[in-house]
Amino acid sequence: MSNEKILLSRGDIIRYYTYRIILAGLVIIAVVWVALPFIMTILYALADPAQYYDPRVIIPTSYTLKHVNQLLILGAYQATINSVIVALITIGFSFLIGLPAGYAFARYRFRGKDSLKLFIVALRMFPMMVIAVPLLVLYFKLGLADTLIGIGLAHTSMALPFVILITSSIIAGVRVDYEEAAMVFGLSRIGAFFRVTLPLALPGLTAAAIFTFIMSWNEVFIAAVLSFQNRTLPAFILNLIAGSTDFIKFAGAFIMVIPALIFVFIAGKYLVRMWGITLK
Amino acid sequence: MVDVHLRGIVKRFGRTIALRGIDLDVEDGEFVVLLGPSGCGKTTTLRIIAGLEKPTKGKVIFGNRDVTYLPPRERNISMVFQSYAVWPHMKVYDNIAFPLKIKKVPKEEIDRKVKWAAELLQISDLLDRYPHQLSGGQRQRVAVARAIVVEPQVLLMDEPLSNLDALLRVKMRSELKKLQRRIKVTTIYVTHDQVEAMTMGDRIAVMRNGKIMQIGTPTEIYHKPANIFVAGFIGSPQMNFIDVTVSEEADGLTLVSEDFKIKLPPDIAEIVKQYMGKTLVMGIRPEHIYPEGFVPSNVKRTARINGVVDFVEALGSDTIIHLNTGSRIIVVKASGTYNTNIGEELTIELDLDKIHIFRKDTEEAIL
Ligand SMILES: Nc1ncnc2c1ncn2[C@@H]1O[C@H](COP(=O)(O)OP(=O)(O)OP(=O)(O)O)[C@@H](O)[C@H]1O
Ligand SMILES: [Mg+2]
Repeated sequence: MSNEKILLSRGDIIRYYTYRIILAGLVIIAVVWVALPFIMTILYALADPAQYYDPRVIIPTSYTLKHVNQLLILGAYQATINSVIVALITIGFSFLIGLPAGYAFARYRFRGKDSLKLFIVALRMFPMMVIAVPLLVLYFKLGLADTLIGIGLAHTSMALPFVILITSSIIAGVRVDYEEAAMVFGLSRIGAFFRVTLPLALPGLTAAAIFTFIMSWNEVFIAAVLSFQNRTLPAFILNLIAGSTDFIKFAGAFIMVIPALIFVFIAGKYLVRMWGITLK
Repeated sequence: MVDVHLRGIVKRFGRTIALRGIDLDVEDGEFVVLLGPSGCGKTTTLRIIAGLEKPTKGKVIFGNRDVTYLPPRERNISMVFQSYAVWPHMKVYDNIAFPLKIKKVPKEEIDRKVKWAAELLQISDLLDRYPHQLSGGQRQRVAVARAIVVEPQVLLMDEPLSNLDALLRVKMRSELKKLQRRIKVTTIYVTHDQVEAMTMGDRIAVMRNGKIMQIGTPTEIYHKPANIFVAGFIGSPQMNFIDVTVSEEADGLTLVSEDFKIKLPPDIAEIVKQYMGKTLVMGIRPEHIYPEGFVPSNVKRTARINGVVDFVEALGSDTIIHLNTGSRIIVVKASGTYNTNIGEELTIELDLDKIHIFRKDTEEAIL
């Protein structure tokens, strides 16, 4: 058997290579589709204005950090920090509430569970525009207007349904008997959750946290309505670039994208390592 | 150590009733086996004793403490799960050490105990592997090791040897039994392997469909089955069951089947008399039937039946003969040296002291 040559017909070979070529083509299209806007954003954000306006130059050859620096000095630096703080507040609050709720959905049977789940999904359909302005009035009364905590809380309300549903399915993916074994061998339910279920669910929870981060990072509307001085990055850029030149717009996009990319890369790497251990 | 009592345990899961009133008393230090077919409620019973499940009705009592609503960690138990439940994010060593760490046992003692348990279960060289690098049988042994390192009051084991090869299983059986004797821990052991049940259990509770059909020592269960289910479930090959009618013939009370008649000695006749004219089920184990002329000297009285050999299984130590008596097959377990061929006429002798008689309606044993 091992020494026999397997003979392929011409048809098989043609079919094999056609398949490979089509697959490679699709992969290239997908990569270009995703990567091209990033590449263009980065190139034009750093491009020399002279080359940017030269119709004969498609890919600029001389670069400058001028526009990015200009934006940072104008307040993008502080806005980036604000955005990170708001995103972390959002992750903190939405997991503080969402994780126990998700656990309950995954582990307990109770009356009205399905209706409640549906209700949570329905909350996601509620348009933010409708509540943003009343929220501002309320925030003024509570002293939360124009504070990072205030924006973080608003983002929490946006992210919470997602966090509840996704954590419940992540926890449901960790077998109950691991938790039960921990309880038999001397832990309380909460102890078993922290020592056994949480470590096993961590990769999934990390992914959910990344997603929550990006949700908050990208959110413009509420952030713009609820803040005036303490703007998050998207709200700041939206405000600033409306009347700016093109390369300033690109520089704004550049500043938006880079921190998110770094965050996702670091967390993603960690995620892959964790999954390698726990999911084999 | 502690004695365990179940009082009228009923457990429903939605519309299915898993347990229909379980009463069980396990003495301090006793080894009780729950034996029964798949889905009869063995695991559910164990989980209720462990506190992982609350009974719909009934009580769980440890000693004189009602533990029905106590969480598992307050029961001082240890358990081998049917699904092993070996934690995937810990190495084998840490899995076995975990219960001890929770109990804040000193480090050197943990190390000593883990190594001892690993030695006993032959997993010493697997200690720094992760569970996903183990075979099913190895994982199962880790689960057993984890359960025995702690010194629990009650040890619960749910088919702990089901995934081991035959040789290792026999060895582990005796190791576990010896260990249990030495540390005298009250043990409740689930299996559907009757040989395991017979060799390990001080007593066996045979379960069916959420009920305990009989509880007794292996000898009692084997020699005095309380009903047709237990009689048929224990023993291999299975007991022969034959429908018979009780009738009064010229020479005394007789059991009449389609193919043969058995004249009853006075002591048995006395018990069966009240069922005159009714249909009963007679049971006799294959090992209590002998080919004519091969009856051991300690068998005092027999009944003879004629038939034709339908099929022969030569197993080496035994020869299993399927005898066609006309309208049915009777299985006979003869010694391995016995020789016969398909189609031969054969007369067999039933040991009359070993026959069982059951009511047809209630399936309860009357003899
Ligand atoms: N969580 C549950 N929800 C619904 N039904 C259940 C649940 N657990 C067990 N059952 C049902 O209860 C009955 C008893 O199950 P159990 O697991 O105790 O059987 P078992 O004797 O351990 O069987 P096996 O030998 O296959 O392990 C079964 O009919 C099963 O389908
Ligand atoms: Mg079971």
